Amino acid sequence: MERSLMKGNEALAEAAIRAGCKCFFGYPITPQTELSAYMAKRMEKSGGVFLQAESEIAAINMVLGAASTGVRAMTSSSSPGVSLKAEGISYMAGSDLPGLIINVQRGGPGLGSIQPAQSDYNQATHAMGHGDFHILVYAPCSVQEMVDTVTLAFDKADQYRMPAMILADGLLGQMMEPVTFPEPRTTLPDKSDWAANGHGNKREHHIINSLYLDAPLLEAKVQERFKRYAIIEETETDAELYCCDDAEIVVTAYGASARVSKSAVTAARRKGIKAGLCRPKTLWPFPKKELCEATKHASHILDVEMSMGQMIDDVRLATECRLPVSFFGRTGGVIPTPAEVLAEIEKLAGGAE
Amino acid sequence: MKKITIITGHYGSGKTNLAVNLALRLADAGEKVTIVDFDIVNPYFRTADFAKLFEERGVTLAASMYANTSLDIPAISFDMERMAYEDGYLIIDVGGDDAGAIGLGRYAEGFSAYVPDQLDMWYVVNRYRYLTEEPQETLELMYEIEAVSRMRHTGIVNNSNLGKETTAETILRAVPYAEEIAAQAKLPLVCTTCRKDLTVSVPDILPVEVFVKPVWEE
Repeated sequence: MERSLMKGNEALAEAAIRAGCKCFFGYPITPQTELSAYMAKRMEKSGGVFLQAESEIAAINMVLGAASTGVRAMTSSSSPGVSLKAEGISYMAGSDLPGLIINVQRGGPGLGSIQPAQSDYNQATHAMGHGDFHILVYAPCSVQEMVDTVTLAFDKADQYRMPAMILADGLLGQMMEPVTFPEPRTTLPDKSDWAANGHGNKREHHIINSLYLDAPLLEAKVQERFKRYAIIEETETDAELYCCDDAEIVVTAYGASARVSKSAVTAARRKGIKAGLCRPKTLWPFPKKELCEATKHASHILDVEMSMGQMIDDVRLATECRLPVSFFGRTGGVIPTPAEVLAEIEKLAGGAE
Repeated sequence: MKKITIITGHYGSGKTNLAVNLALRLADAGEKVTIVDFDIVNPYFRTADFAKLFEERGVTLAASMYANTSLDIPAISFDMERMAYEDGYLIIDVGGDDAGAIGLGRYAEGFSAYVPDQLDMWYVVNRYRYLTEEPQETLELMYEIEAVSRMRHTGIVNNSNLGKETTAETILRAVPYAEEIAAQAKLPLVCTTCRKDLTVSVPDILPVEVFVKPVWEE
């Protein structure tokens, strides 16, 4: 298929339509707005529903409602807006509902800045709402990978009946890159055994609910969910390993900061430093075995983020604190440069060989 | 080039990169030139990003005092009519689509009254931008921009590219598309841009340097 030049936000929207998404509910916020604007233009023409909700809270609850009927539904926002969606995401998880939430992160906390950031890692992977639950969290690093990840996220959300998030950032959302789109999905997973879409007097009611009147019943439900999570942690992790075979210094970074870090690792290799990059593509589940594989010969890990270091604890836990983990990050909407990351790698290498 | 060149187009058609190239060419030829960041829709990847480069090369930059800050409001905090009066070239980089061109309407009357013969408005097209791959779709957007800006385009610029995947073949394949748009719009095809390191034999080639790119493509 022919290559097209797309802005990240538009590509996310087009990919969702092609993945069979029939309902988009959202509320505009920079640097994510082109996604909503694209949906406003295209969703109806594709036989779906675009609705600009009165708030982010309304939007996520509309996703909950639409997902209950078995259709593919999504919402998108940027950091402050995603905080507002937290309650609804917890309700979706508690109701075993699939759905896609896109966070095109910007600087925080509070209103923060509209520049790119990665400071919602902890929120996305560890506390995307109250209660015992997880959501799938994907971290693409190019416009093409965002396209591919949208389809994957919808598929996995349906397969495991849980919300999935794409944790992007303003840079990925605003940048232009060539992409190839997959053919539109024509067949979607069958949800007739649970979807509340009209029983026609032919079957029992399907009930979508997160309220349990009996504590042991809720406990059993949560425990059942965690068995599913264990399978996901075993089978759904993914990471890109770059120059890791003999790497003594392994950089860990995801999304836009991984693009920056990859340039730095390439430059370090040119200087004779055995550097590598382990780029998580799934943040939950965290790619523990991939990181262990990447750090087989490493003596040091350098974690690079557009935050104050939110992934660093997962890096330490994944490697069971066998290796020292240093950190380099910029935050508040400031983007690290390849030169800055290279300087950190050189420091760890004790100066270029 | 005429005194004022207004550059419009779809998001990502490459308006900013073209505007930066045109401004630097004029400055390098010793001309007095002001580049206007007239983008009221994009939070980043905009003309104001190149403030340092303009300073080094003697281009005056006019941008909103809020460009590249977190104040996400469509403000124009400079006097563009005065600039149109003053000596020197004016290159106006307008934000994407009709939404970005709304602010231009404010100047339609002033420009047509004071500098009617010294104004070009070029519509930048990129055959590889999604949803403007057909000449008809591209033209619809051009007319939407004219409706809100209350001005008429005077030429088409073929800036077809696939980012860093652009080859000579990419540019060649887009020429009939640009010619078709120009013919349907009854406007001249002003030029076809081409990255400096590529060689393409097409009439009216404008070699350009790529300035608009992410930090890791340094």
